Amino acid sequence: MRFLRIVLALAVIGVGAGLWLTAPQVIEAADLPDHDPDPAHGEQVFIAAGCASCHAAEEAEGEARLILSGGRAFASDFGTFYAPNVSMNSEHGIGDWSEAEFLTAIRHGVSPGGQHYYPAFPYTTYARAGIADLRDLWAYMQTLPADATPSRAHDVGFPFSIRRALGGWKLLFSDDDWVMQGADLSPQVMRGRYLVEALGHCGECHTPRNALGALDHGNWLSGAPNPSGDGRIPGITPDALGWSADDIANYLNDGFTPEFDSAGGSMVEVIANTSQLPAEDRTAIAAYLRALPASE
Amino acid sequence: MRLISRTMLLAAALTLPLAATVQGQSDTPYERHLNARQGYMDVLAFNIGTLGGMARGNIDYDAEAAQTAADNLAAMSGVNTRPFWPEGSDNAALGDATRALPAIWEDPEGFGEAWMAYRTAASDMAEAAGGGLDALRGAMGPLGSSCGSCHEDFRQSDD
Ligand code: HEC
Ligand code: HEC
Ligand code: HEC
Repeated sequence: MRFLRIVLALAVIGVGAGLWLTAPQVIEAADLPDHDPDPAHGEQVFIAAGCASCHAAEEAEGEARLILSGGRAFASDFGTFYAPNVSMNSEHGIGDWSEAEFLTAIRHGVSPGGQHYYPAFPYTTYARAGIADLRDLWAYMQTLPADATPSRAHDVGFPFSIRRALGGWKLLFSDDDWVMQGADLSPQVMRGRYLVEALGHCGECHTPRNALGALDHGNWLSGAPNPSGDGRIPGITPDALGWSADDIANYLNDGFTPEFDSAGGSMVEVIANTSQLPAEDRTAIAAYLRALPASE
Repeated sequence: MRLISRTMLLAAALTLPLAATVQGQSDTPYERHLNARQGYMDVLAFNIGTLGGMARGNIDYDAEAAQTAADNLAAMSGVNTRPFWPEGSDNAALGDATRALPAIWEDPEGFGEAWMAYRTAASDMAEAAGGGLDALRGAMGPLGSSCGSCHEDFRQSDD
């Protein structure tokens, strides 16, 4: 029943919107201003955006997290997705991509061949990231090792196997406005908002999804079923969490709750990233979470 | 067939005496096992609390208190907890009473390795904790990761 509804919805969106509207958006090299790339800053972006959590091999630790050979599986209602090789290998990775192709993929979810990516690749989050940050990220990724592991094909059935249908999905759900609005946000909360909403993709796990798999902004970070099927991912709004800003910043650094239970599940990978950020960034994330409205 | 009945007999032999003693106390035959292993974990959290509180700067460093907590953790890591984890006491079978994932019994080797990693990290902490705040902080990362990497694979996430 639910499946049928989704198929119908996709069909209607696809036809109604017209194919020209669902045609991929592209960034051209000529649109880009001069930029002096800073790979060291790009490394910070890489860590904050958690690219290694998906594109490094399962269980990779330390230096091995910099080998972006892909292969991790992501279960969803629509099938299983596998993160591809995004190392600098030209045959199996993205070694022969241009900077503009990379930026188009990250911000618009469109491949060099003009196809739409599945939102398992959190480009709807990265659409909010600054172009200069992403250009530094690209410069940093050039410094990482090439790896020749072939990417694995996704395991998704019809109609989700039709990438063109994703154009309609994107039209409905791509929205690069900030979820937390307000003219009077402090610089610290704004930095936290950037880290959470544009890079950290915290919402991809902590926010529930609607029937079409889009994040429900009305219940932002209020907790969600776990896509792996095991239990629930907790809410992290102030009322759901009940932690001080210090408690949050410490958790993102050492992985311990205020009761000194140790974080588990998929949050362990996230903390492997946040623990490498500068302390001010963890404090900014904490300030942002404390500034969220209550869930209910 | 033979294999199944042997395993079942073995399982029955292992669990029956224990199950019999707790009958009527709860709706799971494993309540004592769950109490034992969750209590064990709570003792870890208590001692980590002392060390982590110092590492975070929430409490002043105190060499003696740090050494005591670290020694407790090292001693706890020597306890053979195998009897606390009978087959069939996973959260798929018992529901909310436990967060122990079936993966513990599907991948006993991985579970065993996670224990060993924790044992090593706890003994390194016992070497370091009394030797100053910097030494304690240095040992804290690996120790915390040893808790986290087991919870990553073998414990269910929940609100
Ligand atoms: C939550 C997991 C996840 C995260 C985090 C993630 N990706 Fe991906 N990425 C994917 C998946 C899944 C795909 C495949 C999408 C598809 O095939 O439609 C993908 C695709 C890509 C592609 C396209 C590769 C190709 O061969 O066409 C690039 C480039 C990429 N990711 C780079 C990055 C970078 C850089 C980051 C960090 C800023 C990142 N990804 C973060 C899961 C992730
Ligand atoms: C080898 C695996 C493993 C290691 C190592 C481990 N844990 Fe656990 N822990 C578990 C499992 C499995 C559970 C769930 C037990 C249950 O619910 O029956 C758990 C539960 C807990 C709980 C919740 C207990 C309760 O009352 O429900 C706390 C607190 C905890 N662990 C703390 C720690 C700390 C701190 C460390 C490190 C010093 C640690 N654990 C190391 C596997 C591990
Ligand atoms: C890949 C999925 C995923 C992503 C991405 C993610 N989290 Fe989590 N988070 C979890 C899970 C699962 C837990 C529960 C951890 C556990 O089982 O101990 C959790 C727990 C937490 C908690 C503690 C909640 C509690 O009640 O114990 C906080 C705080 C948190 N996450 C913040 C964040 C922030 C901030 C980000 C973005 C930087 C983020 N998370 C990104 C999956 C995720």
